[in-house]
Amino acid sequence: MLDEVRSPHVRIGVPREVRDGERLVAATPRTVERLRTLGYEVAVEHDAGARATFADTAYEAAGAVVADATTVWGADVVTAVNAPTDAQVALLRPGATLVAMLGPANDPDLLQRLAARGVTALALDAVPRISRAQALDVLSTLSNVAGYRAVVEAAGEYGGMFAGQVTAAGKTPPARVFVIGGGVAGLAAVGAAASLGAQVRAFDVRSEAAEQIESMGGTAVREPAAQQGMSADGYAKPLTPEQEAAALATYAREAADADVVITTALVRGRAPRTLTAAAVAGMSPGSVVVDLAASGGGNCELTVPGERVVTENGVVVVGWTDLAGRLPQHTSQLLGTNVVHLLELLTPARDGGLVLDLDDPVQRGMTVARDGEVLWPPPPVAVSAAPPPGPAPGGPASSGTDPALEAAERERAAAVAASLSRRRRTVGAALAAVLVTLALSFAPPSLVGHVTVFTLAVIVGYYVISNVSHSLHTPLMAQTNAISGIILVGALLQIGSDDWVVTTLAVLAATVASINIFGGFLVAHRMIRMFRKDAPARAQGVAR
Amino acid sequence: MTATSVAQAVYVLAAVLFVLSLAGLSKQETARRGNLLGMVGMVLALAATVVLALGTSARPALTTALLIALVLLVGATVGVWRARRVEMTQMPELIAILHSFVGAAAVLVGFNSFLAAHGAGADDVAHLVEVSLGVLVGAVTFTGSVVAFLKLSGRARSAPLQLPRRNLLNLAALVASLGLVVWFVGAPSVWPLLLLTVVSLALGWHLVASIGGGDMPVVVSMLNSYSGWAAAAAGFMLGNDLLIVTGALVGSSGAILSYIMCRAMNRSFVSVILGGFGAEEGSAPAGGGGDGTQGEHHEVTAEEVAALLRDARSVVITPGYGMAVAKAQYPVAELVELLRDGGADVRFGVHPVAGRLPGHMNVLLAEARVPYDIVLEMDEINDDLAQTDVVLVIGANDTVNPAALDDPGSPIAGMPVLHVWEAGRVVVFKRSMAAGYAGVQNPLFFRENTAMLFGDAKQRVEDIVGALRVQVG
Repeated sequence: MLDEVRSPHVRIGVPREVRDGERLVAATPRTVERLRTLGYEVAVEHDAGARATFADTAYEAAGAVVADATTVWGADVVTAVNAPTDAQVALLRPGATLVAMLGPANDPDLLQRLAARGVTALALDAVPRISRAQALDVLSTLSNVAGYRAVVEAAGEYGGMFAGQVTAAGKTPPARVFVIGGGVAGLAAVGAAASLGAQVRAFDVRSEAAEQIESMGGTAVREPAAQQGMSADGYAKPLTPEQEAAALATYAREAADADVVITTALVRGRAPRTLTAAAVAGMSPGSVVVDLAASGGGNCELTVPGERVVTENGVVVVGWTDLAGRLPQHTSQLLGTNVVHLLELLTPARDGGLVLDLDDPVQRGMTVARDGEVLWPPPPVAVSAAPPPGPAPGGPASSGTDPALEAAERERAAAVAASLSRRRRTVGAALAAVLVTLALSFAPPSLVGHVTVFTLAVIVGYYVISNVSHSLHTPLMAQTNAISGIILVGALLQIGSDDWVVTTLAVLAATVASINIFGGFLVAHRMIRMFRKDAPARAQGVAR
Repeated sequence: MTATSVAQAVYVLAAVLFVLSLAGLSKQETARRGNLLGMVGMVLALAATVVLALGTSARPALTTALLIALVLLVGATVGVWRARRVEMTQMPELIAILHSFVGAAAVLVGFNSFLAAHGAGADDVAHLVEVSLGVLVGAVTFTGSVVAFLKLSGRARSAPLQLPRRNLLNLAALVASLGLVVWFVGAPSVWPLLLLTVVSLALGWHLVASIGGGDMPVVVSMLNSYSGWAAAAAGFMLGNDLLIVTGALVGSSGAILSYIMCRAMNRSFVSVILGGFGAEEGSAPAGGGGDGTQGEHHEVTAEEVAALLRDARSVVITPGYGMAVAKAQYPVAELVELLRDGGADVRFGVHPVAGRLPGHMNVLLAEARVPYDIVLEMDEINDDLAQTDVVLVIGANDTVNPAALDDPGSPIAGMPVLHVWEAGRVVVFKRSMAAGYAGVQNPLFFRENTAMLFGDAKQRVEDIVGALRVQVG
């Protein structure tokens, strides 16, 4: 089976997208180069990248062959952006592999047709949301670009500047932007709007998104009544009716105060209602709503997918469904890189041999059709983004018991053991203190004085050394080495003895100890001199 | 005012300077001043001692002065020569051999102190106990450090010596020493003291010989501590407070370093001292690695890594002992400079036990003029690794092993490690697919986002730098 697939000259076909207004392409000249290093030949359809600013000649320069639709769709592996039309499915060779955004949840018929054609189909939009699969996650890529573009669209529609200004002609306040949803698109929108100078507030029903919103420069809106914990697959769970009502009230309240509202709630291709007509009616004239979920019907009640509408009270509602496609050059590059990552995963030997491993949850999750069978939906995959309390995710479960219960049990046992050992340590310390005191009370007074000095020095040493920076531990050892050469003092005082044996031993001891002193100090000095800080050093370099 | 009282006063000053010297080392900014203060303290203490020694000399002062001058000349020549010539990668060996000198000096001073007092017929119990303790600790430090030196410099096998019943042997040596101390105190003569020296030398040798190379950071800091206690013991027998203070400072310094190192490996001090890490018979590769984690690894070329780095916005480099062995710190620094000029955020993540000495990697990177403010500790960088595009693992293995977290059966289970696998891509620089020092297979190498770059680390990094220059230019 493997040998069959590993025949030489496996060819990847990159078709021109035929959907209306589609500007994207599944491979760019740069990703073609990377596909070729994996051992594949690449055939690109005429004008496939023209609308994303990539000319046929650029593909040829990258080593691709420019061909017609029939050749491209007849390749061993076809990588496309959108799901194929019926005519295109008919061009696919049985046994070929199709990589595209197939929307398996929304279009079961297509999967049937692909399976019937004998095609192995991998859905780019069905990548499981686990950390390892991030490099192939097309939805993250598109959401990220769409979030950015949504801000640009809003800035174009809004009649003011995003950044507040104070000028001789008076001052303008910064735009107030409210972002609904703290997923990839929402965070990208928060970041883009904040960097334009707007005041950004954002809300997500998953309470853990607040931290991420703030890291992007936004202010997280907190509304405990409307927020929930994390779900197992990285998406929000359906809300209870009470939570839903609280969330809608929050949206309406925030929208009324905002100049721009960007809604990004898209759960598995479906757009829940976040902004009601009443909420839009509460916004001031000239405000803008950009609905990223327009492709799923829209989060805003007034959204018309693919259109820009102006409401009665003068609010612009933008419902473009191709926000990511409006930045075709970068989106294609990013998407193409996702495809390269997928093929790297599927080509472990880097020899142009495609190997599909259905035991891998990532590959299994994406595979929607194979050998005539529809493989959708895949078995669930636990998300690894959640903070695991016990063993790390992905590891084989050791037993059938509840891991949380087990962890709690272990924790309790550890606490008991710790308290026992604490008690034992206290008793031990008390015993030692009594013994030492007894021993010292029998000792000559001079010894007691020395012991006092010794004990205090140990304590001083403990506090002084505890502060030493980790990176200076090696110089510290050289330094302590040098000063422990102070034993030289003892040896020097013995050199003057009239016993030759004592003198000889003392000379020997003094010699090695002095090597220590000179060597230790010098080497510590050498090391310490090497440490330098970045900024001042560079600045000085410029100043000179 | 006598010579002695002046000397005592100077000693107090020197002790304060030593404390300030160590306190100065707490930050890079004040470290140089700390070093200087230590030198000043040492010069003061020595000057006072020389005056005192000449005043109390039983023989013509000129002879004593000449001997002292000779000693200092030899010490300065050898010390300066070694300190100038040593390479930063050899620092662990140098430190170990310097420890052995302190141990040897403590033994010799102990014998002298006994001979002088015995000749004058002034043996008292407290003094005899101090002498025997000083000799014991000094001798253990001496042979222990010599063995550590031999192992670190590659002159002896670094694998742990596995004598049968090694813990029983150590215990027997301790009991025998105790017996000899009692004999010595009861009937003071040279013989029990000599025997005690021999037993302690053997104990020191066996203790360190039983510890594997991977645990050397702990061993070196432990010997650092011992050398301090030896100096303190010498201070007790001579009744010299400066020696006591200094010895105590050094002793507690080494003890804290050992503690930090042990915590970094999630192991108790006792288990390190008892030796034989990674040698438990039960945890052979089959039990340790877990069969499911093994698999195919992906190999990349230097050019591909260069392309990866060119596109990366954030890069973290986690160096290990392999970087020291290959002396790759200079090309690594060049690579960092190149990437930073290209606008990437490049940082280092240093595991506390990377290398063979606490802080070893920091010194190597500082030598190559890597700014210290981009060199971060494990705890500082671990949370950022998930947002990092590319991690370069250069010569590290056990410190980036996910088995420490995932696999309770692994010999390194529970050891805190750098979570490099959370990054977008990981490139591991390695000679071959051999296991790390702990003898544990590393599932990191078989992860999807891990690529292996085989060969000499220095050569490979230079290749990447070359490829980057071509791609940029």
